[in-house]
Amino acid sequence: MPIDIDIAKVARLARLGLSDDELAAYGSQLEDILEHAARVQALPTEGVEPTAHPLPMVNAHRSDEVEPTLDREEVLAQAPDHVDGFFRVPAFLEDE
Amino acid sequence: MTWEAVIGIETHVELRTHSKMFCGCPVGFGGEPNTRVCPTCLGLPGALPVPNEKAIEWTMRLGLALDCEIAEHSLFHRKNYFYADMPKNYQISQFDLPLCADGHLDVTTETGERRVGITRVHLEEDTGKSTHLGEGGRIGSSGGALIDFNRAGIPLMEAVTEPDIRTPEEARVYAQELRAIVLALGVSDARLEEGSMRFDANVSLRPAGVVELGVKVEVKNMNSMRSLQRALAHEIERQTEILDGGGAIAQETRHWDEEAGRTEAGRSKEESSDYRYFSEPDLVPLSVGDEEVGKLRAGLPELPAQTRARFEAAGVDATGARVLVTSGLGTLFDEAVAAGAAATEAAKWLTGEVTAYLNREDTDPAGLQIDGTALAELVSMVEAGDLSSTAAKHVLEGVLAGEGEPRRVAEARDLIQIRDEGALSEAVAAVVAAHPDEMARIAGGDGKLIGFLVGKVMQATGGKADPRRVSELIREAAAS
Amino acid sequence: MSDPADFTIAEAARALRSGETTAAALLKAVRRRVTMTEADLHAYLTIDAEGAEASAAAADEAFARGEDRGSLQGIPIALKDNMVTRGVETTASSQILAGWIPPYDASVVTKLRDAGAVIIGKTNLDEFAMGSSTENSAYGTSRNPWDPERVPGGSSGGSAAAVAVGSALAALGSDTGGSIRQPASLCGVVGMKPTYGLVSRYGLIAFASSLDQIGPITRSVDDALAVLETIAGHDPEDATSFRGELPDFGSQVDRGVDGLRIGVVSELLGEGTEPAVADAFGAMLERLEGAGAEIRELSLPSTAYALSAYYLIAPAECSANLARFDGVRYGLRVDGGETVEDMMGATRAAGFGPEVTRRILLGTYALSAGYYDAFYGQAQKVRTLVIEDFKQAYQQADVLVTPTSPTTAFTVGERTDDPLAMYLSDICTIPSNLSGDPGISVPIGVDDAGLPIGFQVLAPALAEPVMFRVAKAVEGLAGFDARPTLANSEGAA
Repeated sequence: MPIDIDIAKVARLARLGLSDDELAAYGSQLEDILEHAARVQALPTEGVEPTAHPLPMVNAHRSDEVEPTLDREEVLAQAPDHVDGFFRVPAFLEDE
Repeated sequence: MTWEAVIGIETHVELRTHSKMFCGCPVGFGGEPNTRVCPTCLGLPGALPVPNEKAIEWTMRLGLALDCEIAEHSLFHRKNYFYADMPKNYQISQFDLPLCADGHLDVTTETGERRVGITRVHLEEDTGKSTHLGEGGRIGSSGGALIDFNRAGIPLMEAVTEPDIRTPEEARVYAQELRAIVLALGVSDARLEEGSMRFDANVSLRPAGVVELGVKVEVKNMNSMRSLQRALAHEIERQTEILDGGGAIAQETRHWDEEAGRTEAGRSKEESSDYRYFSEPDLVPLSVGDEEVGKLRAGLPELPAQTRARFEAAGVDATGARVLVTSGLGTLFDEAVAAGAAATEAAKWLTGEVTAYLNREDTDPAGLQIDGTALAELVSMVEAGDLSSTAAKHVLEGVLAGEGEPRRVAEARDLIQIRDEGALSEAVAAVVAAHPDEMARIAGGDGKLIGFLVGKVMQATGGKADPRRVSELIREAAAS
Repeated sequence: MSDPADFTIAEAARALRSGETTAAALLKAVRRRVTMTEADLHAYLTIDAEGAEASAAAADEAFARGEDRGSLQGIPIALKDNMVTRGVETTASSQILAGWIPPYDASVVTKLRDAGAVIIGKTNLDEFAMGSSTENSAYGTSRNPWDPERVPGGSSGGSAAAVAVGSALAALGSDTGGSIRQPASLCGVVGMKPTYGLVSRYGLIAFASSLDQIGPITRSVDDALAVLETIAGHDPEDATSFRGELPDFGSQVDRGVDGLRIGVVSELLGEGTEPAVADAFGAMLERLEGAGAEIRELSLPSTAYALSAYYLIAPAECSANLARFDGVRYGLRVDGGETVEDMMGATRAAGFGPEVTRRILLGTYALSAGYYDAFYGQAQKVRTLVIEDFKQAYQQADVLVTPTSPTTAFTVGERTDDPLAMYLSDICTIPSNLSGDPGISVPIGVDDAGLPIGFQVLAPALAEPVMFRVAKAVEGLAGFDARPTLANSEGAA
């Protein structure tokens, strides 16, 4: 089955700032891979439940107890930019 | 044309569990930035979520309080979108299999009662908090934003209604009722001003009598009950004007500007959202049995509607009962009654002076300096004639200001009524003697002057005389 | 006396307890091997000399006190660099994490430390474990110790190469679609993927959460068993961690294969299998039969679709797992314009290599509105069918066997331009990641070019005991004792 991808839209959703050339190259590679991957559609799966997880487990919870937090200086030492205990980033463009 | 508004409300409630939704970091408001964080809620590489069982239980409690079905099987999903204050750039939320679904909440307004359908109640995690620096903000002139992840991962319950609400007033009453339920369940402090309870509303208009829904607008940023009602009223008006003018409503998100008193269009996204939900592979499904649901149901506290009915049965009028419940004064009321106060009197004080105080001081009942015993004492002092109603108000003021028990305040402020007949007769006799003309006119049938002389006696006694008794004594003197 | 760097864990454990060697001496021997081979091999990204020396000293002190925390005490072990180590740089071979010093330890790291193991350093991998050759590492390709012109396999290629030459006595790898077993096969060592959930993933930088599993790479089946026994077990920090009673992994290991039913999966022996691999595999089947096993040919029809399903499920999960790398809290930041959105886009475009970018795009597409049902949803249903096929097969056989990889090690650059050909390297290993079942690769011989061939044993979930039993028998029947060129070239004596 031929696959047609709006690769620029996919890249925006994935927050990847790719150039037009890169987009074109990835777009055609993805089409090839997806043509192969689309073989999954050949297998009849009517009435088959999807499997999200190999473990047949439920209810893995924790009790509501407070545990130690990280040292802020150790955390911020890894940040590309921080000030006054906050992480600092450029201005937001979009609303949530 | 006559338009009908169709409103649906999404409510987010931060749960006040001890620890966060998926990690052991403490839950709290404010605090030094980035001090309540760990690998999981910071989204560090390799960290994994483990759900807080208390948060799951509390969400089911709200579901039950809203008459929802509790799902035998439910799942957490990843909701994917990029936002700088969301550590993993996906939110662990619930999608097609929420914990609770298909409930309802009845709301009563002046126009009658309406059953608001609850589509679902589900559980998710909160994001961090970003502070936007304007141009020329304190950090250089480049703008930008500061991010604190203390809030990231706090358990967040989301309750979504059907589009069943028709008026801004119904919306407000729904919100107040939901808040009262959350408070009764004790699962959140539900403070709108701190953002631990937040409302978003979807509003559309349709010609009256038409079934099909119009284009809906999402309204955000309403952080008080009043602004919820105002924002919706404004939005309905805005849409009405557009439609009446032959225009079309744009599907968009608008933000309520409290000061300007209008909604403003949000900066729009590049394209419509595509959250790419898929089941969270780091977590396993939730499974709840009938037995557990039964236990949770049995453990529910008295809910606001039940409390109101009980207060009304005790003699409180409907409005009073509603105010007691929505303002969170029900417990104080119960304590005062248990301490011997008459229900109507306790309700009168609580819905009157105490509520006025709460509004004036912008505080909540937890911060009050009065307890049920003190309120009962105040009521009984008035009944016994120790305090005039005016003096009682001053005493309450003192109690609320932390000056102590009512009797102590009354004594310290010298407000106890003169109940010594001799002292009272003396004070009356002095006034009578000083006003012979007035006394003659009273004796001649001019009853209006009694009030004038009572005022003189009150003045002379510093307000501590019982005006009813003074009035009697003056009448007796005029008749003799 | 042979060089301690060539010891198995079992041999080293004996030598440490007999006083023949010390943890410090063992570490020194291994470090010497690292020095001699790294220029050609590039198995390591980071050597934690200080930490290793401290751990070795602590292990020796423990021995002196008579304290014995088990078979890994004092044993030099390497970690794939996608397991976080507090205070030691962890990059997952990505530019986007260059220089990241984690503030916490992965649960497996804690378990190894508690057992007294000596963590030497962090090994190279394909960026974020996505690849089959280590060619996708942002920090250069590791080489195959049997022929440095060739790849060691991947993504745990650095771990497999290090163990093969004695730059570590054992290593941990992670296996999402064969990333432990395939490089073990290509490097002539043992590599084992446990049942999903047996080993905690807390602190493993996630590629595909429902498929990832940490496991050992060692020089013998017994060593794999020893490492697994140390790292397996419930972890409250991992909600997908197995909570039941653990099987006694070694309970059957020495019993041989007499009477066992061994299934051969016809779909996994198809085109693309090199003749030398098919021959070695066939010869081993005959020997197993000779040892009393019953060989049964079985069909698992859905496995033909497993690769396609995998290449939808794994990228979908990775597209979300890798969203957190955004230049806000750690790692690389590239300014791409005025807004935070520009910064994130620029950071991610610059920080991720081509294969990772490709898979993020693929997964984003497979999950997006309008395509979910046709791709991701359908792949999850195929996953169900693969699991059902395995279940049926295990009614007829105690274990299933396949070649681990259809080919021996390929040359560097041979498949980099053809992602699909690269993906085919994992055709025999991927099905058991989808099912969550355990698998192990054991070296059984070499091809005409002297490159190792691996034999894979698969078993049902939690049936590690029978898997180890067959693997140990295969190891004995193969008598594989060839040594890689690089380990010999420095003339260890």
